[in-house]
Amino acid sequence: MIKNIVNLGDAALYCDFGNEVNKEINSKVIRYFNTLKYKKLKGVTNLSPSYNKLIITYNLSETSFNILKKEIIELEINDNKENISQKINIPICCDDEFSLDIKRLEKKFNKSKSEIIKIFLNKSYFCYMTGFVAGMPFLGDIDKSIQLNRLETPRVKVPKGSVGLTEQFCNVYTFESPGGWNIIGNTPINIFNPSDRNKPNLINPGDEVKFYEIQKNEYRKLYEK
Amino acid sequence: MKSKKMSIANFMKNNYFQVVRGGLNSTFQDNGRENLYHIGLPFSGVMDKRNYLIANKLINNNENDPVIEFAFQGPLLKYFGVTRDIVITGNVNFKIIRNDYTEHLGECYRTIKINDGDTIDIISTNKSVYGYFSISGGFKLSKVWGSFSTTLRAKVGPNNGNKLINGQEIKLNEPKEAIDRKLDFINSNIEFIRVIKGTNFDYFSEQSLKDFFSKKYQVTKLSDRMGMRLEGSKLINIKSTNIKSEGLVKGTIQVPADGKPIILLSDHGTLGGYPKLGVVISADYDKLVQIPPGSKVKFKEIELKDAENLYKLYNMETNNILNKII
Repeated sequence: MIKNIVNLGDAALYCDFGNEVNKEINSKVIRYFNTLKYKKLKGVTNLSPSYNKLIITYNLSETSFNILKKEIIELEINDNKENISQKINIPICCDDEFSLDIKRLEKKFNKSKSEIIKIFLNKSYFCYMTGFVAGMPFLGDIDKSIQLNRLETPRVKVPKGSVGLTEQFCNVYTFESPGGWNIIGNTPINIFNPSDRNKPNLINPGDEVKFYEIQKNEYRKLYEK
Repeated sequence: MKSKKMSIANFMKNNYFQVVRGGLNSTFQDNGRENLYHIGLPFSGVMDKRNYLIANKLINNNENDPVIEFAFQGPLLKYFGVTRDIVITGNVNFKIIRNDYTEHLGECYRTIKINDGDTIDIISTNKSVYGYFSISGGFKLSKVWGSFSTTLRAKVGPNNGNKLINGQEIKLNEPKEAIDRKLDFINSNIEFIRVIKGTNFDYFSEQSLKDFFSKKYQVTKLSDRMGMRLEGSKLINIKSTNIKSEGLVKGTIQVPADGKPIILLSDHGTLGGYPKLGVVISADYDKLVQIPPGSKVKFKEIELKDAENLYKLYNMETNNILNKII
C-alpha cells in the first residue's frame, strides 16, 4: 500500500502513498496511522498523517531508518476497525465583518456572495488531516466552481475561527495565525480545546463536516473564548 | 512537631521567584512532548539539549526536570525563600544582586547560592541565542499532556502555555542538599551545519544546490523557536513551488517561492507545502539553534549513514561531559 519509503533527515521515515489527493488514498494513510498509534513500535516518537503521506519520527538513540523501515513494511494493518468517523455540524457566520475575501471571490467567480455561500454550504466535507497549528482541520473537496489558489501575499494575522478556501480544500483557523487561505466566514465555536487531553480536536481525520449558516446575533450567543 | 508543620507551611508560602522582568522569550521547557504531531502540536522542548542536560546534572536534578529557557535577554528574578543553589548554562552574561545590594558577576556552569532577597539578572546571551536556568529542587509545575514544555502558539504547557511575564510569581519545590559544583565547558563553534538531502532535493536547479552547499547564508532577525530564516543566494525552483501539504520535522530546510530558505525548529508548524531541500542532522541541531541573527552559516551535504554515526558520537560526547560532573 505504501509506494515508497525514504528517510526525511536522520530521524524520520517518509512514507509515500502517492501523489493524488482523494479519500481512498487518505483512508489508507489513516489506517496505517491508527495501526501504528496502538502498535507503539520501539523508538517511534510521532506520527504525522497527511493527504497522501505518513511521516514517522523516531528517537535515533533507540532505533534507526533501516530497522524501522523493515518493521513498517512487515506491518499488518488493522482493517478499518479504528476508523470510526463522526458527522459534525459547524456553525459559520458570513457577515461582512468575517468574510474577509468575499469581494475578491465574487469578482473571480462572477457570482454573488449568497450564491458562493450556498454552494459552500451545500456539501459535507471529509477531514483529510489536522495540523499546521494545533487542531486545524484540512477538509475537502469543495465544489469546482468555488476553487481558487491561496493569497499571493499571506495575511500576517488571520483571526481565530476563520473559515478559508484554497484549491479543493477548506479549513478552520483554530488560533490567530499567519495564513494565506481565502476567508469566507468565521465560526464561534472552539475547534481545539487544550484542556481536553482525550479529545482536544473537535474534528479528526476521517470525520465528515457540514457547515450551517448563522446570523451575527447567534454568533455572539455561541461565541466560545 | 507543631513547629515543623508550621515551618513547612511557611516554606511553601515563602519560596518563590518574583518575576520583575520576564525577558524576551523565557519559557519552561523539558525534553519535549511526543505523539501529538497528528493533532498539530510539535515536540517543542529545549532548543539546545546538551546545555539543558548539563543544567539539570550540575544542580543535581533529574534528567527530565523543567528548566527556564531564555533567548537573548533573560528574566530578572527576585528570590524569596531558604538558601539554595542555582545554575545557568549557555554563554550568558548575568549578575547576582545580593540582598545587601552588592552586585556579583555570574559564572555559567557552576552552582551559585542564592539567599532570601537576592536578585538574579540574566542580562543577555553572548554570541548565542539560548541559555538555561535550573534551581535546586526544581520549579513547582504540573505536566501538561505528559510534558513541562511550552508551545506558545497553541498555549499548551505549564504557566498556562505562556512565556514568563512581568509581575508573575514562580513557585518552587523544596531545595535539595547544598552542593558546590563546577564544570569546565566551552560552547564550541561549528564550521559547517551538516545536512541530508530532502525529499524535494531535485526541485532546485543544479546551480542553486551548488550555491547552497558552497556559499554562506546569513541568519536573519526573523528567527525564533518556530524557525530560522536565512538570506543568501536565491534558490531557484525548477519544478514546483507548491506541494500538497504534508508532515514536517524539526531541522527541515524548506524553500518558499521567494527562494529564501527557512529551517524549521522545535515549535514548527506540523504541516506544510513548501519544497524540502534538506534536513539538518540531529547531531548538529544544538549548534544550529545557537547561531544568532547576523551570523553566517555554511552547509555541507552528508549521507544518512554518516549522520547516524555522528549522532552516536554526539551522544557519547554528551555523556562524557555529564559523567565529568560528580
